[in-house]
Amino acid sequence: MTEETITLEVTRYRPGHDREPRTESFSVPYRKDWVVLDALNHIKDRVDGSLTYRWSCRMGVCGSCGMMVNGVPKLTCSAFLRDYHPGPIRVEPLANFPVIRDLVVALDDFMEKLRRVKPWLIRETERPVSEGEYRQTPAQLDAYKQFSMCINCMLCYAACPVYGLEPAFLGPAAIALAYRYNLDSRDEGYRVREPIVSDSVGVWECTFVGECSVVCPKGVDPAAAIQRSKVAGAKDWALSVLMPWGGRK
Amino acid sequence: MSEARPARPGLYYPKLPATWWLRRPGYVRFMLREVTSVFVAIFLVELLVLVHKIGQGPQAYADMVAKLQSPGWIAFHVVALAFVLYHTITWFQATGVVQVVRVGDRQVPPPLVVAGNYVAWVVVSLFILYWLLVRS
Repeated sequence: MTEETITLEVTRYRPGHDREPRTESFSVPYRKDWVVLDALNHIKDRVDGSLTYRWSCRMGVCGSCGMMVNGVPKLTCSAFLRDYHPGPIRVEPLANFPVIRDLVVALDDFMEKLRRVKPWLIRETERPVSEGEYRQTPAQLDAYKQFSMCINCMLCYAACPVYGLEPAFLGPAAIALAYRYNLDSRDEGYRVREPIVSDSVGVWECTFVGECSVVCPKGVDPAAAIQRSKVAGAKDWALSVLMPWGGRK
Repeated sequence: MSEARPARPGLYYPKLPATWWLRRPGYVRFMLREVTSVFVAIFLVELLVLVHKIGQGPQAYADMVAKLQSPGWIAFHVVALAFVLYHTITWFQATGVVQVVRVGDRQVPPPLVVAGNYVAWVVVSLFILYWLLVRS
């Protein structure tokens, strides 16, 4: 009995060799419990060892294996072959990022933007260790917990047409991360992050397409973080105009 | 690339085509939502012109109303109404995401926030209808 197969149409790109990416078709066993990552691993193990892609945990927590599957940004470890049956399945590198090789994209821009929003607790006054921990009630944790679930998989950047059209845009994940820290009761860095978040290439570049939240595998809802940051930023601006003498948080 | 960042050699920089918004239904819905603002703007100009015609006297106003009753204008108004309704519905959906309403310690579920908008819409509409039909 011959095993059923499914076809994967995978982007190949060799730097310095290919001028443009091209598509190569591979036939892989169709197994009901396989994900696209399993198919890619099969290709690399048995068919073409030069196929290059990123992956790690294979269980949807590390954010390494993000790729375009039939034009949709997905974690390939969470994209089951049976959902694409009978195929063919188009596997392309994550959209809106420069391609290094095959399915591997350059992360530098994203990394720089994550750093730019200062994703750490900023205190105006540090408390001495002798005073003990910064305590937080469950309600205070709930305020920001959703936005802390980001695994930096960059699917939201691939889904965001604004980032595709304007690479200077800070982007959904970075703004959601800034929002997460601004909401943290232990943090006092709202004013420090404000010029970065409320910049013209910060929240105000976003036009609330909303696809970032649709593709997010962790339910972070970066679109909500961005729009709420816009409300906070607009409120601040209005207060600064009406009461320019300060006295704000 | 708008930033003055030199492209690294060997990397392939994909370009977004002008038809990017046709690729996903979510993008198409977004573009439709943005286009609704055009119809809202046209209707606003129409309203201002009507007010101006009223200022010019009853004959000018009657002429304007007659022109707006032509089949072309009726067709435009039907399409514009559909777009304006979509504009309103998407705006209400957005409030569920944007507006965090807290009652005490708990957050009001977003669907309730959205429902609140519809309730307010109905109440205000009923009040205006009452004012126009019963009071006048």
